[in-house]
Amino acid sequence: MTERDALFTLLIRLADDHLVLGHRLSEWCGHAPMLEEDLALPNMALDLIGQARSLYARAGEVEGAGRTEDDYAYLREERGFRNLLLVERPNGDFARTVLRNLYFAAFMRPWWEAAQGSTDGTLAAIAGKAVKESAYHVRHSAEWAIRLGDGTEESARRMKEAVEELHPYTEELFDRDEATETLAAAGLAPDPAAMRPAWDEAIRAVFAEARLEVPEVPYPLRGGRAGLHTEHLGHMLAPMQYLARAHPGASW
Amino acid sequence: MLIQSSGIGKGARMYSQGLIGASHEETETPEFLKAFQRRIDAEEKIEPNDPMPEAYRKTLIRQIGQHAHSEIVGMLPEGNWLTRAPSLKRKAILLSKVQDEGGHGLYLYAAAETLGVSREEMTEQLLAGRAKFSSIFNYPTLSWADIGAIGWLVDGAAIMNQIPLCRCSYGPYARAMIRICKEESFHQRQGYEIMLTLCRGTAAQKAMAQDALDRLWWPSLMMFGPHDSDSAHGEQSMKWKIKRFTNDELRQKFVDATVPQAEFLGLTVPDPELRWNEATGHYEFGAPDWDEFWRVVKGGGPMTRDRVAARRKAWEEGAWVREAALAHAAKRKARDAAAKTAAE
Ligand SMILES: [Fe+2]
Ligand SMILES: [Fe+2]
Repeated sequence: MTERDALFTLLIRLADDHLVLGHRLSEWCGHAPMLEEDLALPNMALDLIGQARSLYARAGEVEGAGRTEDDYAYLREERGFRNLLLVERPNGDFARTVLRNLYFAAFMRPWWEAAQGSTDGTLAAIAGKAVKESAYHVRHSAEWAIRLGDGTEESARRMKEAVEELHPYTEELFDRDEATETLAAAGLAPDPAAMRPAWDEAIRAVFAEARLEVPEVPYPLRGGRAGLHTEHLGHMLAPMQYLARAHPGASW
Repeated sequence: MLIQSSGIGKGARMYSQGLIGASHEETETPEFLKAFQRRIDAEEKIEPNDPMPEAYRKTLIRQIGQHAHSEIVGMLPEGNWLTRAPSLKRKAILLSKVQDEGGHGLYLYAAAETLGVSREEMTEQLLAGRAKFSSIFNYPTLSWADIGAIGWLVDGAAIMNQIPLCRCSYGPYARAMIRICKEESFHQRQGYEIMLTLCRGTAAQKAMAQDALDRLWWPSLMMFGPHDSDSAHGEQSMKWKIKRFTNDELRQKFVDATVPQAEFLGLTVPDPELRWNEATGHYEFGAPDWDEFWRVVKGGGPMTRDRVAARRKAWEEGAWVREAALAHAAKRKARDAAAKTAAE
């Protein structure tokens, strides 16, 4: 695999992660448990979609086929998306939403930190901005995980269920393959597996305060990186893409 | 949160300070009312600690509360297109607009709280269907062009209403409006830009834009409220400088500003009576369907039930989250206190 192909693969994966999670968070808008969260969730969605746009734009340059951010976002089908299964999980309740954010942001924060040293100047610059945003996402989701985990009986039960449901999807964050190895060797992007200690420590610390246990995961769930998704992604893409696809070639 | 109302329900003879928990009350003598009016006439700002007639306070609570609810309910029709925005750029712009509107709601609730009413009370009124919000948000958003038309017309009408409110006699409201108006004019430009893009796009896009204008034009004119002769609070609000222009004056300003913009887009304003009057320098225009207006205001709008139901659902489904936050804060406080005692 050439470095260029590996970089393109990575950019699309990351952009898809950010778009899909940003889209999920935008689904909360106007329906959050309190006004402050009606502001915080779209705010994070905006960060994520902003990062997705920068990543798609860079992917377009690396690919060199003239595709734009909207071509990637609106004109690929389920099997073309390369996001983690974790981020496409439906919002569920607020407990699931904050835990999904925590799992993802606790990975992205150290990854962006390291990616600031990428030999790809554009990726390094995107990382410089994103690292601050992901730090806020970690803080926001960690605070809520703790409040809910150590709140009422009901909130503790919901947090526990969220952990049971989502934890099996976290292994995929750290997966290595030819693309990640090529990029790590070239200093283009950090090795995802190297984020494991930082992620484990972040989750352990939050769970300790939230009175949650880190579960054993006998059967991790993965597949998004290969375009093998859950049934949920298609239902997210259908409304997202319908208008752009109904008017081929139109600009908005 | 413990909030005591100041003077609510004590009769119109008493005046009160606006501040939450304030208990200072005196009889509203003619001298007092005259002195208050002198302050208003001298363009002095009334602040939360200042004595004010009870009716002044109530009028402001009603108006600021309705305004805050409108911002919050207004997130729903636009949020309706967040997941379907046709490009990532538009999706990002819309997210940031909807977030701004939520922020406006927050400042306005805070401004209303300075008058002795809590956000909880106002929220309960909204959820019980007892509080009003802008009539425009009782209409559905049926196409992407509605997002453009809302920015252009609805934020445009909001600006017409709100720029004079930056000089409102009540200080906290006036200051909130200054901040809000800046963002609304940004929204108006973004909305117009969506319309412009559609009107310069394909035939289907242009038709979508025209359809949005056809549906939203009259409801936008209704945003200024009833005809002056039917306006219940108009005259007194003008005297107190809560309002600076009448409903009809603002509606005229809006039409004068907006019709040339529609022409520039190449769209037709759906009013056969619309014509430029050279002599007055204003457009003449037809009357909105006031029966429809009153039906909507009284709770019979096409989306009224759905809007309130959506807010109620969010509130009820979020109850366990709010309870957990309170319970956690209480546990934390108890633990901190115990740790402090142990250390002593
Ligand atoms: Fe607003
Ligand atoms: Fe606005």
